[in-house]
Amino acid sequence: MEKILIPLLDNDVAPRFDLATDVLIVTIPRETSRRESLEEKVVVLDHASAESICRLAISENVHTVICAGIEAKYHDFLQWKGTKVVDDVCGPVDTVLDAYHDKRLVPGSCLY
Amino acid sequence: MPAIDPAIITTLLSDRDSLSAMLDELPLGVAIMDSQGTLILVNKTYETLTGVDRSRVLGLKCLHSLRCDFCMTDCPLMTGWKKMGAVSVEANIVSRDRSKVLVRLTVAPLLSDGGELRGVVETITSRTTHSLNSVATGVFGLGDLVGRSPQIEKIFTMVPSIAQTDSSVLITGETGTGKDLLAEEIHNASARSDGPFVKVNCGALPDTLLESELFGHTKGAFTGADHNKPGRFRMAHGGTLFLTEIGDLPLPLQVKLLSFLDDKVVYPLGSTKGFHTDVRVIVATHRDLEAMVGFKQFRQDLLYRLNVIRLHLPPLRDRGEDIFLLQDHFLKMLQTRFGKKVEGFSDNAKALLQSYPYPGNVRELRNLIEYAVNFCDGKLIRTRHLPGYLLQPAPGPGAPQPESAPPDMQPPAPAAGPIAAQPQNWNDMQRAMILDALVKSGGRKQQAAAILGWGRSTLWRKMKQHGIS
Repeated sequence: MEKILIPLLDNDVAPRFDLATDVLIVTIPRETSRRESLEEKVVVLDHASAESICRLAISENVHTVICAGIEAKYHDFLQWKGTKVVDDVCGPVDTVLDAYHDKRLVPGSCLY
Repeated sequence: MPAIDPAIITTLLSDRDSLSAMLDELPLGVAIMDSQGTLILVNKTYETLTGVDRSRVLGLKCLHSLRCDFCMTDCPLMTGWKKMGAVSVEANIVSRDRSKVLVRLTVAPLLSDGGELRGVVETITSRTTHSLNSVATGVFGLGDLVGRSPQIEKIFTMVPSIAQTDSSVLITGETGTGKDLLAEEIHNASARSDGPFVKVNCGALPDTLLESELFGHTKGAFTGADHNKPGRFRMAHGGTLFLTEIGDLPLPLQVKLLSFLDDKVVYPLGSTKGFHTDVRVIVATHRDLEAMVGFKQFRQDLLYRLNVIRLHLPPLRDRGEDIFLLQDHFLKMLQTRFGKKVEGFSDNAKALLQSYPYPGNVRELRNLIEYAVNFCDGKLIRTRHLPGYLLQPAPGPGAPQPESAPPDMQPPAPAAGPIAAQPQNWNDMQRAMILDALVKSGGRKQQAAAILGWGRSTLWRKMKQHGIS
């Protein structure tokens, strides 16, 4: 099982990590050919804050953060905490998750 | 004045390639969107500020490309453009190199004759400031550079006139003297200040990468070149390119730089097509370029080409009272940053800081004070709060000489000099301080004790301890 966190803007990856108020946390099984979510929840933050999302990622034991624009200090913090960060990604969340599952998602992917 | 043919202007504006080429010459970032906010055209400065590759963002919604805080909350297109007028705001973006950049963003509608929204023009200019580093400590500075010694004041007075020209500037000086800051101040004071300031450390990259980094490459130029890369020269278009550690630039690239300085045309790796760029070049080095020319490590013609305006930043040990000014400046800046209420330095700490030769110059002084502010638990920074190595014997001759590569060809350093007589440990240091105070006071112990900030009995005790009669 793998937990993935994606900051959201509607149904897309939020352009800015620090300005997202909705965060999708999805648990997917590893090593299966079909992408299915075991658990999916959207956390709504009371205000946009990069620190809050970092805290959430750590407390929820998130393995991977997929986001678009993220400042180096938060990127480095998450990596230091052992969370993989795939940044500079844009596109609708489902397409992004499919690409991640198919191991096609790399930093800089644009999936519109 | 020749009459302007409106037809030519219309053709230029309606042809995509001509319009793109024209926008590329502007020193501010420009994006043109359709009425839905989808990017149709971005210029070179936009690419530089955001770090995007235009081929990858055209067709995207603006906010996914610019990543601006204003676009996510108050974008006129998303909130319904009520007054249909231009909006200009201070905002911030997160660039592709993961840094937050302050910008002035202007969004203006393109309206049809009937007042219908047909498109949007967006411009961005960088408003980068070093807010944490900028603390007003007085009038003795130029931007982030601080000093009032005659050598530094001379440089401060020269900067405004140097900034107005487009000539190449060569900045020399030991490591940590502020070459980068001076280059940035020249850029900020110039008419190019709205354009990008691009810095490249010529010593930080392997030769093969450096060429592609500076001049760019075309797709397929070498294995792994899967897209066109503009290179720093083109990214600095309309602004200033600062090449630091120019002494480390390999000889083949020196030829290419020389060629650029002559015709201002950049040839990316693997391309036969040249690109004209309007860039001012400022270079800096801590090496002795004349000596390197002698050793055939640096091209003489390039040195002549770069040496149009030469500025030499003196080492801190030669700047006299500037040490105190910089101490106070850094103390004020760092106490603000760390939120500490440190009021100053004890007399001993001051004397110790004054006597240290600072081989790392201003950068080392700043680091010393940052260390002290972090460890200071009271209102005054005392000697115990300063790093222990200040009390250690100075390595070698103390004052570093300008380096010329290769090191084994350097002339031998003088064995003895004024620096060689520096105190070797705290006891020697204290003894030297006492003797110095006694000399200054003409042998009057009361006055010497006052200079040292001690009581008369402490001075007497210390003199006895050091065998000074």
